[in-house]
Amino acid sequence: MAEPLLEMSGIEKHFPGVQALVDCHFDLFPGEVHALVGENGAGKSTLMKILDGVYERDSGVIKLKGSEVDIPNTATAQRLGISMIHQELNLMPHLTVAQNIFIGREPQGRLPFVLDERALNENAAALFEKLRLHLDPRKRVSALTVAQQQMVEIAKALSFNASVLIMDEPTAALTDKEIDELFRITRQLRGEGVGIVHISHRLQELKQISDRVTVMRDGHVINTVATADATVEQIISMMVGRTIFEAAPEVPEVTNPEVVLEVRNLNRGRAIRDVSFSVHRGEIVGIAGLVGAGRTEVARAVFGADPIDSGEILIHGKKVKISGPIDAVHHGIGYLSEDRKRYGLALGLNVETNVVMASLQRFVGRLGIVRSGLTRVAAERQVQNLAIKTPSLSQRVRNLSGGTQQKVVVAKWLTADTEILFFDEPTRGIDVGAKSEIYQLLNALAHEGKAIVMISSDLPEILRMSHRIIVMCEGRVTGELTAAEANQEKIMTFATQREAAA
Amino acid sequence: MSNAPGLPLPAGRSGALIRADFFQRFLAFGALIVLILFFQVWCVAIGTNFLTFENLVNILVATAVVGVLALGETFVIITGGIDLSVGTVLTISMVMTAVCITSQHLPVPVGILVGFLTGGLMGLINGVLVAHLKLAPFIATLGILNVARGLSLVLTQTRPIYFAGDNGFQSGVMGNLFGVKLSGEFGIPIIAILMFAAALFAAFLLGKTVLGRYTFALGSNEEAARLSGVNVAKWKMLVYVVCGLFAGLAGVLSAARLGSAQPATGFGLELSAISAVVIGGTSLSGGEGTILGTVIGAFIVYVLTYGLQFVNVPQEWQIVVTGIVVIGAVYIDNLRRRQRA
Ligand SMILES: Nc1ncnc2c1ncn2[C@@H]1O[C@H](COP(=O)(O)OP(=O)(O)OP(=O)(O)O)[C@@H](O)[C@H]1O
Ligand SMILES: [Mg+2]
Repeated sequence: MAEPLLEMSGIEKHFPGVQALVDCHFDLFPGEVHALVGENGAGKSTLMKILDGVYERDSGVIKLKGSEVDIPNTATAQRLGISMIHQELNLMPHLTVAQNIFIGREPQGRLPFVLDERALNENAAALFEKLRLHLDPRKRVSALTVAQQQMVEIAKALSFNASVLIMDEPTAALTDKEIDELFRITRQLRGEGVGIVHISHRLQELKQISDRVTVMRDGHVINTVATADATVEQIISMMVGRTIFEAAPEVPEVTNPEVVLEVRNLNRGRAIRDVSFSVHRGEIVGIAGLVGAGRTEVARAVFGADPIDSGEILIHGKKVKISGPIDAVHHGIGYLSEDRKRYGLALGLNVETNVVMASLQRFVGRLGIVRSGLTRVAAERQVQNLAIKTPSLSQRVRNLSGGTQQKVVVAKWLTADTEILFFDEPTRGIDVGAKSEIYQLLNALAHEGKAIVMISSDLPEILRMSHRIIVMCEGRVTGELTAAEANQEKIMTFATQREAAA
Repeated sequence: MSNAPGLPLPAGRSGALIRADFFQRFLAFGALIVLILFFQVWCVAIGTNFLTFENLVNILVATAVVGVLALGETFVIITGGIDLSVGTVLTISMVMTAVCITSQHLPVPVGILVGFLTGGLMGLINGVLVAHLKLAPFIATLGILNVARGLSLVLTQTRPIYFAGDNGFQSGVMGNLFGVKLSGEFGIPIIAILMFAAALFAAFLLGKTVLGRYTFALGSNEEAARLSGVNVAKWKMLVYVVCGLFAGLAGVLSAARLGSAQPATGFGLELSAISAVVIGGTSLSGGEGTILGTVIGAFIVYVLTYGLQFVNVPQEWQIVVTGIVVIGAVYIDNLRRRQRA
């Protein structure tokens, strides 16, 4: 191959309490898609943030087109032609799409510092045209869906005409169709000679899009191989350092017919229309459907996070009134949000505080003083239980890797000892190892007699985990299947059963 | 992305001047009208008239100083910060102007410039503390509030400084536009014209310049701005400088209005300014706000104060009512936001 576009060698990075990167080597050729994989907390984002100037390396050398460079900040990275789409959305919700894309390099009119808003919107429109995206440059970002916001991030990164493009889990929030779109753009750029780093937990994607794969584990670069030469299984075993048992665990038979939660004729605007379902003790009910089918809305309504127009909620056959999350928690309902950063965690607080957050009452002694000895023990137990990768209980959750944060949310609700648990996209952004742990955990919880509702866009996941599957489309329940009769085709038929067609 | 219809928006809906939805300004403006009508009804009931040219002029003059103060405060609040020092920065600017013109016998324009720049300097100090030393705005500006307040007392030896005779300064600011009297002694007060000019300039800065864009960006998501390569510290500092400059201007206007530099006035005005900004619909959590809203907010505060005075409500009660109105305004604003979300 030609001379590498980029070469990182001997990169080290230390955070308080964590050696995030150890002697890492990474290179990238022009016109290549280089996938970067590894378990949660392996150091993928950190390695790339060093390249983007977000973090400064402790030691090591970065060579760009053969010459050594220093990247102290993002502006420098941009100047060098490096741009990055971050794992978490980084947009300014109050600004418009175009204003977000060109923030920091606004076109200016004849007078210095005076904005040329027209040129700004035209440039954005031209960019969308080139990428064949349907976005309105003048729309406020807060009015967009998460997937659209992700597309804005992608368009923004591309607008730099960078020669090195880093995408940190760009597909996590996208539907299959949008992913196809992204891959089309990726291939187009590859054809133009751009070097692309693609970080993802969806290993099947790698085969589709990447030329080489680099695997990281515990801050080390384990190996770099040509994608064509490695099987997904080989990559997984490099990631986790062992071969993991991937066969689907048996779906346990539910023997206890007691209905724990029953929802009757729930309505909320156009989002939820006449939804009824029930969950038994020890049962996992999967809610399938396309993005926007109203699944999250149902969970939030039952949890009291959004007001409902009409409908009844019964727990153990008794009608209950849930007018807010306080009531829900009181009645033993827990909700694990799909957007953990916004709704699931107090990012500035430490692991221990987050874990006991929903159950603090239990740890309060006389005089209202929190008994820190007890909270520590409880948090410690969860950290071991779920193998939460944190240097200590006092680490701020903000500093944990994305997948590890998700485990902290799970730990929070397990500590709260709730009887009914709603898991909304529980494995989004989580690596294979952690995924199988979460699956085992769900099974164990059901076995203990908890009633579980799992919302997921991942069909294999739904099929593998659920005892019963409810399918939604446009706010309605369009079908219900038992584990035995369900398959992907049947679910998709129900999931696309739009009203006009029905 | 097929579910992202590229609906064309009406032209010219960008720019912060006219950015926030129509309803928001309608709300504040409507409240102002209702308030004026309310006092008119009250006045008619007690046998007087509120809607007179004289009252209008008095309200305009009374609003001007805090109006200008609130303009700068708007920028800081949109970044998600707060500047508690504007009141006493006004005082020290007023004192510096007076010292230059009286004891130093410098020409009036120099005195005005010094007052203005004193505000800018205090703003720069606030900016360095907040943006570079990363102190919480509340604490940093609280400190500067006291520094400016103390220095004002030191510079004046705690006594007011009066301008001797007319030097063109007071009459230049407090006179009528073109010297025209429209009704009795009253014409269009120049100080009000100056406030509106300052407001236009502020609206231009906020809506049409890079500084304005970054003001919103910082308040909306500072980390995102940083990751986009925006020099966050530099622009944040400049926002505090802008705020200081407006406070300096307010100080100069205040000196002209009072015909003196009073080391004890100013302290407390920061709360009126912040009230005006918040009543005008600017969000204390940052990212949202308009200059027009702030100007309307300032008028609401002063119509209320002046009106209550005019119908002879005791001063103690005026203060209580103003407090309640601020709380009410923020609550209504909250409801509006929640509805939109
Ligand atoms: N700002 C920070 N301060 C302290 N520790 C950090 C910080 N950022 C990351 N870390 C730690 O560095 C390690 C690597 O994290 P990183 O985010 O790079 O993982 P990742 O491979 O991207 O994981 P994921 O797949 O979950 O996103 C983790 O142990 C994490 O807790
Ligand atoms: Mg990451």
